[in-house]
Amino acid sequence: MSTVGVIAFQGDFHRHLQVFAELGLDARPIRRREEIAGVDGLVIPGGESTTIGMLMDRFGLLRPAIDAVAGGLPVMGTCAGAILLSREIVGTDQVRLGVLDAVIERNAYGRQVDSFEAAIAVPELGDDPVTGVFIRAPRFVSVGSGVEVLARFEDAPILVRQDRVLALSFHPELTGDYRIHRLFASMIVSAGVSA
Amino acid sequence: MNESLWSGRQTATWRNKIGLAEMLKGGVIMDVTTPEQARIAAEAGAQAVMALERVPADIRAQGGVARMSDPAMIEEIQKAVSIPVMAKCRIGHLSEARILEAMGVDFIDESEVLTPADDQYHVDKHGFKAPFVCGCRNLGEALRRIGEGAALIRTKGEAGTGDIVEAVRHLRTVHAEIRSLRDLPAEELMTRAKELGAPYDLVAEVAQTGKLPVPNFSAGGVATPADAALMMQLGAEAVFVGSGVFKSDNPARRARAIVDAVAYWDDPARLVEISRGIGEPMTGINVSVMPEEDRLAGRGW
Repeated sequence: MSTVGVIAFQGDFHRHLQVFAELGLDARPIRRREEIAGVDGLVIPGGESTTIGMLMDRFGLLRPAIDAVAGGLPVMGTCAGAILLSREIVGTDQVRLGVLDAVIERNAYGRQVDSFEAAIAVPELGDDPVTGVFIRAPRFVSVGSGVEVLARFEDAPILVRQDRVLALSFHPELTGDYRIHRLFASMIVSAGVSA
Repeated sequence: MNESLWSGRQTATWRNKIGLAEMLKGGVIMDVTTPEQARIAAEAGAQAVMALERVPADIRAQGGVARMSDPAMIEEIQKAVSIPVMAKCRIGHLSEARILEAMGVDFIDESEVLTPADDQYHVDKHGFKAPFVCGCRNLGEALRRIGEGAALIRTKGEAGTGDIVEAVRHLRTVHAEIRSLRDLPAEELMTRAKELGAPYDLVAEVAQTGKLPVPNFSAGGVATPADAALMMQLGAEAVFVGSGVFKSDNPARRARAIVDAVAYWDDPARLVEISRGIGEPMTGINVSVMPEEDRLAGRGW
């Protein structure tokens, strides 16, 4: 059985853990440096990107996570997680992993009163659109040539993949539609096969 | 979504409101009165701040009517930090709530810490795009507020005292009452709803799921890292700290220690390190000798 670790300092890590457990993975909360070595895939959840990044750095998880991803560990970031994966964050030098060749803008759709839901076409996941829940959501401003754009909203990329890195602006863990989690689970399985 | 449950029948806006509450799990929300305090809180690792003119300990000490903060002060704090900014309106003060919504406040706290504007009715929170957090002392009060549209519940504790006993009592009460609904036969739920003073559909949902339909945070009386860890151990999903940080003698250090304690609430060895030598906590008021009329938790209907 594949093991997936969810960074569990702050944010909706419980929801991701529940979803992966329902999909039959061994899902574990990660709050200690040594726990990263024991997982086949890593998730950075939604929450506050500055807070999650600061705590990963403060407690010594940031560097091991960056090294593990550089060594081929699949990683998924949702919302705040996508911000932390990106190489450049507009207007801030906040702590990040920076493993995704992309520029991202925080709170790009406004404050909480501007949060919304939208049907998102993701051709790779079939004809049914995915319900995108956007909460104080970020938006990719640009992505590098090695980054595939799997979905867009209003022309901006919101779901992207770069080899074993999957990043998205919205919250698939809140909807009951687990196709994006299945996609990441399949990335974990194929990484295990090729490793 | 499961439409047999009250939660499953709510609108997309409701899911978005609850969604932001979900994003705030596992962290600390701090009361701040200036942009400088907001920056100290954010740098310590607070996941959100509550902008208000006086922390509860000062509201107690100074007396008078406690109202919504000046919008200029809230706007300065919104500009100072990137994390969510919450603000308080008086219980039942529809107009203060609309002003805070129009300012783009991320969460509105319809709070017993301010002087109530209505002694019978709370705000109809379903009618707002901004999410609301409300206090409770027990399950009935929690479900009444959720029924009115609160997307986040916090147990009240006794704000501005630095005494954790009421926070513990309220959280234990909510959990005990949730447990008491489990395994009840369907025919007993209506009478229980009547006894709790809570909407039947929400009582039925809690009986089925064993939890509140929205996240439940703890507030009112956290003064030390150990207090914050205690509330997490008792099942709070995040912690509000009001006077506990900025009425202590080293706010930056204490703020960080409380954040760290919430992250490692289940690791006593780390809590030793976190708690060591962080300066004097707020002096505090022993709630057990406090006159009934000085207590804030009784506000709310």
